[in-house]
Amino acid sequence: MTIEAVGSAPPATPGLLSRVFAGRAGPLTVVCLAIFALWYAGTVWLNAPLLTDRYERAGESWTFSRLVDDAMAMERPVLPAPHQVAVELNKSIFGRKVTSKRSLVYHSWVTLSSTLLGFAMGTALGILLAVGIVHVKTLDRSLLPWVIASQTIPILAIAPMVIVVLGNIGFTGLVPKALISMYLCFFPVTIGMVKGLRSPDPLQMDLMKTYSASGTQVFWKLRWPSSVPFLFASLKVAIAISLVGAIVGELPTGASAGIGARLLVGSYYGQTVQIWAALLTAAAMAGLLVAAVGGIERLVLRRTGARP
Amino acid sequence: MQQDAEAPPAAKGTARPVIEVDRLSLTFQTADGPVYALSEVDLTVNAGDFVSFIGPSGCGKTTLLRVIADLERQTEGRISVNGASPQEARLARAYGYVFQAPALYPWRTVERNVMLPLEIMGMSGAERRERAARYLELVNLKGFEKKFPWQLSGGMQQRVSIARALSFEPDLLLMDEPFGALDEITRDHLNEQLLRLWERTGKTVIFVTHSIPEAVFLSSKIVVMSPRPGRIIDVIDCNLPPDRTLDSRESGAFADIAHRVREGLRAGHSYDD
Repeated sequence: MTIEAVGSAPPATPGLLSRVFAGRAGPLTVVCLAIFALWYAGTVWLNAPLLTDRYERAGESWTFSRLVDDAMAMERPVLPAPHQVAVELNKSIFGRKVTSKRSLVYHSWVTLSSTLLGFAMGTALGILLAVGIVHVKTLDRSLLPWVIASQTIPILAIAPMVIVVLGNIGFTGLVPKALISMYLCFFPVTIGMVKGLRSPDPLQMDLMKTYSASGTQVFWKLRWPSSVPFLFASLKVAIAISLVGAIVGELPTGASAGIGARLLVGSYYGQTVQIWAALLTAAAMAGLLVAAVGGIERLVLRRTGARP
Repeated sequence: MQQDAEAPPAAKGTARPVIEVDRLSLTFQTADGPVYALSEVDLTVNAGDFVSFIGPSGCGKTTLLRVIADLERQTEGRISVNGASPQEARLARAYGYVFQAPALYPWRTVERNVMLPLEIMGMSGAERRERAARYLELVNLKGFEKKFPWQLSGGMQQRVSIARALSFEPDLLLMDEPFGALDEITRDHLNEQLLRLWERTGKTVIFVTHSIPEAVFLSSKIVVMSPRPGRIIDVIDCNLPPDRTLDSRESGAFADIAHRVREGLRAGHSYDD
C-alpha cells in the first residue's frame, strides 16, 4: 500500500510511509511493535523448558503450535505474555471496586500519596540545602560532600532500617515511606538548585549591586528566577525516583498495601502476571508524573518569557 | 540637585564637582603577578559634564568607571562621588549604570525590567508603571512594554537598559561601552538620541568608549587613557555646538578634536606591542 513512496511516485508528493515517519507516531508504533514481538518470542522461549518437561513427564507428544498456545496460557509463567498482563490489568483496575485490596487503583493511590508527600518534602529539603550551600561558605564546604555520600548508600539497605526504627517510635504507614522517597529525591534538587542559584552571570549580579539591593532582594529577584529552569530539570528526575523510593519503602512494611506490596505478594506466590501488571502500572504512573511536571514546566516557562 | 527628566540643561558656569579622583591607583593581584590596572589617576568631573573615557582595550577605562560605581575598590589614592565615598554614593543610589551588554533579566518583560530598580527601591506600583511608561517612551520603545527581551533587537535591548538606568532618575549616569556591540547604523542613531537626552536632562554622564568619533560627537570633555599601567594621557575639552547632529562629524572643529584624541592615543604608545 505504500509502495508508491519507494519507486515511481513523483518526488513532490511524499508517500504515506514518509509522511507517517515525519511525525512521532510512526517511529513510536514501530518500536512498540518490536517490543511486543520480542516479548511474545521471549514468552515462548522462557516458558518452553517448563512445558516440555511437563509434556515428557506426562508422556504426551507435542507440537510447536501447542507449545506456543500453552506458553501463553500458563497460570504461573516465567514470563507472562502481554495479553495475559493486559487481562490482569483490566481485571484489577476496572474489574474491582477502587477500595478493594485487590484493586490496582487502590494500591496505586497508596503508593502515589507517599510518592507525592516524599516528593514535596524532598523538594523542600533540596531547595533549603541548596540555598544554604549557595549563601553560607561553611555549608558549601561541609555539606556538599555529605549530600553526595548520602546517595552512595543503597536505598534497599537503609529502607528497612528506616521503616523499623520509625515504626518503633510510632510512625507507620505514609510517613516512613515518604521519608525514603525524600531521601532519594532531595539529591537531584539540591544539585540542580545549587547550579541554578549560582547561574546569574556577573553582570546581572553587578546590576543588583549598583541598586544596592539587599540579599533577600537579590535572592527573590535574581537568583530564584534564574534557577527555575534548573529546578524543573531536577524535579523531573526527583519525581521518578520518588516513586522508586515509595515502592522500595513498601517492600519491608509487611506488604500491606501499595505497588511495592503487590510486587512482594506476587513474588511470594509466584504470581508473575500480577507482578508484571504492578510493574507496568508503576511505569505508567512514573510516565504520567514526569509528564505532569513537564506540563507545569512548560506553563511556568512560557509565562516567564521562554522562547516557544 | 533633583532634576526632572524634562528640565533644561544645567548651567555650565556653576561647575560643581561631582567626582573627584586624586592619585588613584588600582592593582589586581593575579596568579601571574600584579596587574597595574590604574596608576596615579587624577580627574575631576563637574555636574552636567558629558565625560568620555577613551583608550585601547586594557587601559583601565572600565576599571575606573567601576571604581566610581563602587564595583571595584582602589588600592591607593582617594576618590569622592558627590562629596562622599563611592560606597556611600552607591548606597544612596546616586548613579545609574549601563553595562556593555544590556543585562536584562530574560524572565521579565521589557516593562518589568525597567521597573526592577523601582521595585528594589520600594516605589509604589502605580508610580512604577508610570515611570516605566515615561522612560520607555523616552527611548522610543512605547508599545514594547509586554515583550520579552529575546523578542527585541540588540539595539532595542540596550535602549531598555538605558531606560532602566534612567527610571529612578539618578543625576549621574555611568555608561560602559553601551553601544560597543551594536552595528554602526544603530550606534549612530543611539548616539544622537543620547545626546538629545543629555541636553534635555542636564545629567552628568561618564561614558566609556573606544570609538574616537563617538567620543568627540558626544562629549563635553574627553579623557584619553593608555594601558600598562592604565593612566590618563590627556584631557580634552570638546565644546561642539549643543545642537550638533551626526553631520557635524564632517566639520573642521570635529576633525581637529578627533585629531588631538588620536595624537593622545598614539603618544600613549598603546599599539607598540
